[in-house]
Amino acid sequence: MTLLSVRNLTVTLMTGSGPADAVRNLSFDIERGQILGIAGESGSGKTMTALSIMGLLPYKGKASGSINFDGEELVGFKPKDFRRVRGKDVAMIFQDPMTSLHPMLTIETQLTEHLRHHRKVSKGEARVRALELLDTVKIPDPETALKAHPSQFSGGMRQRIAIAMALACQPKLLIADEPTTALDVTVQAGILKLLDELRKSQNLSVIVITHDLGVLSALTDRLMIMYAGAEVESGPTSQVLTRPRHPYTQGLIDALPDSGANGKRLIAIEGMPPELGKFPTGCAFHTRCSFARSECKSGTPNKVDIDGIRRIFCTVDPFDTPAGVNR
Amino acid sequence: MASRFGNSNSIWRQPLAVVGIIIISFWVFAAIFAPLISPYDPLSQDSDKFLMPGSLHWMGTDELNRDIFSRVIYGARISLPYSILLVVLSAFLGSIIGGISGYFGGRVDAIVMRLTDMFFAFPAIVLAMAVAAALGPEIRNAVIAITIVSWPVYARLVRGLILNAKQNDYVTASSLLGSSSLRTLVVDLRPNLAGPVFVLASLEVGNALLLLSGLSFLGLGAQPPAAEWGSMVSMGAVNFDRWWVGLFPGLAILSAVLAFNFIGDALRDALDPRTAKALRD
Amino acid sequence: MKPVPAKVSVFRKILRGTGLFPFIVKRVLTSILLIFGMTFIAFSITQLVPGDPVAANLGQSAYSDPEIVAAFEKEFGLDQPVPVQYLRYIQKLSQGNLGISLSSKRPVNEDLKEYFPATLEIALIAVVIAMILGLLLGTISAITRDRLPDQIIRVVSLTGVSMPTFWTALVFFYVFFFLLGWSPGTGRLDPGSEPPPQVTGMFTIDALINGDFATFKQAFSYLLLPAIVLAIYALGVLTRFTRASVLEILGNDYVRTARAKGLPELTVIRRHVLRPALLAIITVAGVAFASLMAGSVLVENVFSWPGLGQYAYRAAVGLDLPGIMGVSMVVATVYITMNLIVDILYRVIDPQLRKAEQ
Repeated sequence: MTLLSVRNLTVTLMTGSGPADAVRNLSFDIERGQILGIAGESGSGKTMTALSIMGLLPYKGKASGSINFDGEELVGFKPKDFRRVRGKDVAMIFQDPMTSLHPMLTIETQLTEHLRHHRKVSKGEARVRALELLDTVKIPDPETALKAHPSQFSGGMRQRIAIAMALACQPKLLIADEPTTALDVTVQAGILKLLDELRKSQNLSVIVITHDLGVLSALTDRLMIMYAGAEVESGPTSQVLTRPRHPYTQGLIDALPDSGANGKRLIAIEGMPPELGKFPTGCAFHTRCSFARSECKSGTPNKVDIDGIRRIFCTVDPFDTPAGVNR
Repeated sequence: MASRFGNSNSIWRQPLAVVGIIIISFWVFAAIFAPLISPYDPLSQDSDKFLMPGSLHWMGTDELNRDIFSRVIYGARISLPYSILLVVLSAFLGSIIGGISGYFGGRVDAIVMRLTDMFFAFPAIVLAMAVAAALGPEIRNAVIAITIVSWPVYARLVRGLILNAKQNDYVTASSLLGSSSLRTLVVDLRPNLAGPVFVLASLEVGNALLLLSGLSFLGLGAQPPAAEWGSMVSMGAVNFDRWWVGLFPGLAILSAVLAFNFIGDALRDALDPRTAKALRD
Repeated sequence: MKPVPAKVSVFRKILRGTGLFPFIVKRVLTSILLIFGMTFIAFSITQLVPGDPVAANLGQSAYSDPEIVAAFEKEFGLDQPVPVQYLRYIQKLSQGNLGISLSSKRPVNEDLKEYFPATLEIALIAVVIAMILGLLLGTISAITRDRLPDQIIRVVSLTGVSMPTFWTALVFFYVFFFLLGWSPGTGRLDPGSEPPPQVTGMFTIDALINGDFATFKQAFSYLLLPAIVLAIYALGVLTRFTRASVLEILGNDYVRTARAKGLPELTVIRRHVLRPALLAIITVAGVAFASLMAGSVLVENVFSWPGLGQYAYRAAVGLDLPGIMGVSMVVATVYITMNLIVDILYRVIDPQLRKAEQ
């Protein structure tokens, strides 16, 4: 069952030199209990996509198009409508657990304040729930933890607390923006495992935003790759990562250091991702693409449907062979 | 400078800053062309005493039968240049002291910092009054007195900037490449210092004017019969029932300080956040 | 465990040390050093700067009489070599004796006891007005960023810091005393009225302690106008600073998290924003209080308010080193005490700091 349906989402931000589109005509769906990964380099628009679902766009930012969440149209929501939905039906955790938790409030307060607001539970009931949540995310000694402050926990524990906080009201959708980027590699696996378990136990849908392909392959069911505010490729994660069809995706995968290829040079995509407001015309990737042709410089890239479950946006489609990859 | 102001926070997009520039331009114009635009000689005592504002004397006359409007115009000739001089002197003195302190660090820095702490704890106005009184009440001495109490804030700023810059990689890189310390100071650090110091100075001009006219109000600055706004207000205090004597000079001060503050604020907002933060701390 | 009422437990926390005691001791020691440093500066400046305290305090004819001059110098120890003067001053200072004022001819301690409470009276009210209104207006300004309330508040606060205090005092005096008759005029009490028996030196409080409501109302009506004028500059500064602080806090990640939880905006402000903002503002309040000193010189002049500002003026003009030092001592002590209170409050408000020090 489709929980979230985004159609033609465009997010316009106000920059120093005027308005600029951070997200351009984006469309995607998420089903219940599904984990969708949104991947791309910095500036690709992935975080803005998430913020527009939450209604937390920066000052003077605007979203247009359609975001249909569980039957409700979020584009056009007033702040008070968003406040009804946030924290209760859709929740978000952010990249840096050091700064996302309030340094001066206790864990108990931070875990229960929105629960008490949305569901009007008493202080005692909320406390019970808070202990439950800490247990679910495997924080040791929950009783003591409730009275503590975020500064007393490590980064990994703080992220777990943030997850617990996000789940307090049993939301249907959890958006995780770079949940493991600020954490040690050894800690990352634990967080990912936790998210996976939660998906299974609570039929939770998750959007994981990251640039880390390793995280994507470990956790997500479906994957959407973004570049310069637009989708370039999407489909089941395993297929996209093993048989990429878009030159950008191929480039990202090639750029991964290959532990088996000793002595070989690292392959990188030439050039840099474009700055907001300075996206190239036509297919934004054409300036860095080795397959670019003249028709790539203007108009929008072709949408290519593959097997009904995957698609790419590429006018050239250089890898169109049964095996997928042509090297 | 042009490129730095080329974003939407640019000074030209702030209406208040434009108002400020207009007002200051008016006063600069008044100061330069005072003899041409004032209807009377500011020192002439030809009229009647304490005339209310009217068609002959737009702002009335004072206790010595002088035209207030003309005196207000001429007042710009004292207040504006001396305030700016004050700020330039303090900024210069403070930057050098702060620069030395930040650059050499260690013992020198510690001593200078304790010194500025003491100056901050000292009630500036008391020191300024004492110095001005001791040197002899005169506008120039008032400037010296206020400079003595005003330099610490620039010293703090410059020291902080230098300490930050010293930690910057490009300074390390530069000295690794063999630049002498003087060269580092001048070439690498100066461009980064000039901006914030300039903005701080522009924010302080208004304060300088307030302090200067304050000292004059107390009799420790400009002396009669000079047409200076602060001392004109003090005559207004003595004759408070003749409201026009004190009102107009004070409005002149208010307008000038307001204008300087508009401009200073806009300059500060137009800078990149880093420098703006350094100024706020 | 029996539940402890909130007030007691906070106090207990402070007293239990939490690293506070050694902190306070260290502070007091550095403050004493600071004060000594200040005496040195003040002394040096008065010596280096040309100007003769004798000439400043004797009349024209008295000054031309060498005998009178010599007697004056002897009386105030001005005939001794400079280093000796300084040492004698420090010696007396460590015994709590601030010397004899050259301009009033009375012990400085006495002068201060008389003049300081008067300034404290108006300064306290001014600071309370400035802080409460400043916090309120600055927060409103930040929350309604760039909309009408913000624009208005910004212009008003900018005007507040641009007004010459002496002129504002004059305008207020003219309007509220001369035109409207709402204010009783200059001074602290009606001419001929007896001040209440001295406990603190502040007429309003002393009157209350004495149960004398009539005098209290009278004293209060006299101090209202000067206090308000004094508050204006500090109010402007605090409003602007609060606005900047709150705007910065609103951009912090944890505020975004709070909003992401769907909390009503008022709750976000109240619980997540105000506490860090308070922290920032308390820092500035200390400095603002010190700036009231400068303002009081001018305000007291216009309202003929017999406070520290007037005393400082007379001492400065008379090159009266003991007097100048006395005023500086008081102001520096207030400044240092303010900083100490600020630092203590910091640790009370921010639990992180407390735990970091444990």
